[in-house]
Amino acid sequence: MNTANTAIHPGWLRVTHWLNAVTVIILALSGWRIYDASPFMGFVIPKALTLGGWLGGAIQWHFAAMWLLVGNGMVYLGCNLVTGRLWRKFLPLTPRSLLTDLRAALSGHLAHDDLRHYNAVQRLAYLFVIVDCALLVLSGLVLWKSVQFPFLRELLGGYEAARRVHFVAMAAMLAFFLVHVFMVALVPRTLRAMIVGR
Amino acid sequence: MNKPSSRRLALPSDLIVKDAQREIARRLDQPARRAFLQRSLTLGGLSLLSGCVIQDEDGVDAALSAVSRFNDRVQAWLFDPSRLAPTYPDSMITRPFPFNAFYGEDDIPEVDEEDFRLEISGLVSDKHAWTLTELRALPQIDQVTRHICVEGWSAIGKWGGVPFAAFLRRIGADLGAKYVGFKCADDYYTSIDMPTALHPQTLLTMTYDGQILPPRYGFPMKLRMPTKLGYKNPKHIQAIFVTNNYPGGYWEDQGYNWFGGS
Repeated sequence: MNTANTAIHPGWLRVTHWLNAVTVIILALSGWRIYDASPFMGFVIPKALTLGGWLGGAIQWHFAAMWLLVGNGMVYLGCNLVTGRLWRKFLPLTPRSLLTDLRAALSGHLAHDDLRHYNAVQRLAYLFVIVDCALLVLSGLVLWKSVQFPFLRELLGGYEAARRVHFVAMAAMLAFFLVHVFMVALVPRTLRAMIVGR
Repeated sequence: MNKPSSRRLALPSDLIVKDAQREIARRLDQPARRAFLQRSLTLGGLSLLSGCVIQDEDGVDAALSAVSRFNDRVQAWLFDPSRLAPTYPDSMITRPFPFNAFYGEDDIPEVDEEDFRLEISGLVSDKHAWTLTELRALPQIDQVTRHICVEGWSAIGKWGGVPFAAFLRRIGADLGAKYVGFKCADDYYTSIDMPTALHPQTLLTMTYDGQILPPRYGFPMKLRMPTKLGYKNPKHIQAIFVTNNYPGGYWEDQGYNWFGGS
């Protein structure tokens, strides 16, 4: 099919991308309300920014969306592995290429002629966010079921350490989200490509 | 056979009324109004109100509740009856151990030691009520474990008491029943699954840190389960019952996950 050949992003990628976006937003907003019940970082997140209304509601949202994050994430990773896209798009990733592209990006000279091609900064950012999602899931598992996953719990340094890991991983996700959306605003045709494929 | 079909007819109406009761619990803060509305519910009454009760039920809420019930099943499946929660040395006990309840410290109930009787009911063969002296005569063990609150914080404490499995056997409980329910002197109530009730670390505790359980930690007794979140660990227990009918719980009826395991 011609359209399939010319699509910048395959259909499965666009679907999993947007599902993931919605899921991550639900998880972040409800997670902030859960955090507020016992704000160990010393600050409270304004209620207006949170989802769920009260702790019980927020937990219901969080523990429903977690299934979507895991299920959708597995489809995303599975398709990437089966089609070989993971290696094609994200590798190689060398420190030299990263440095060159980062310098170009910061000085506003990074080219985006071909949206099919990820530059080194994009590769690192997207790989990072995949790993970050995995870390959020694993630390979340420890928070949810710390007794039932002893190996994972000890790996993360215990229940209380897992809370910090989960929070820092959320903050990293938020930082990615902000930069990601900012970059889309700079190169709006990437948004169109992620919606209609071209 | 007539029975199955009549049962099939009975089930949905039960569920609808139960659902409505839960909805009331979720929306009404005042316990008195909540209790009145819940007890006065019938299916016929509900159908009259259906315009504003059943059809108004938030679809999102219903979906989230359904996922929460699914999560109950996943947790029951994940629960390993022989997997132990970590234990800690006395030096790691959190001091002071935080007080936590759905009310302030001024409202901690006073339970009279002499008059106290632990009531036993439901699917058990020995329903006699226990005095504290009788309970204290049972073999007890101490355990230092981490209490994890649904709010996220955790604290390490030392509870001592009777292994609950031994107590359930002692009273001839039907160990194949689904639930063990608890009613407390502070009007709290909750219920747990039988596998957790039989877990080796589930204790019917009467001491805290070597002393008689003080009122702020649930005098005269608290069910301590390091495999469940704090709200599943009832304090000031007055009655224990074994049943196959879902008993719910104070927070669970308002939306906290029922299994609440960790």
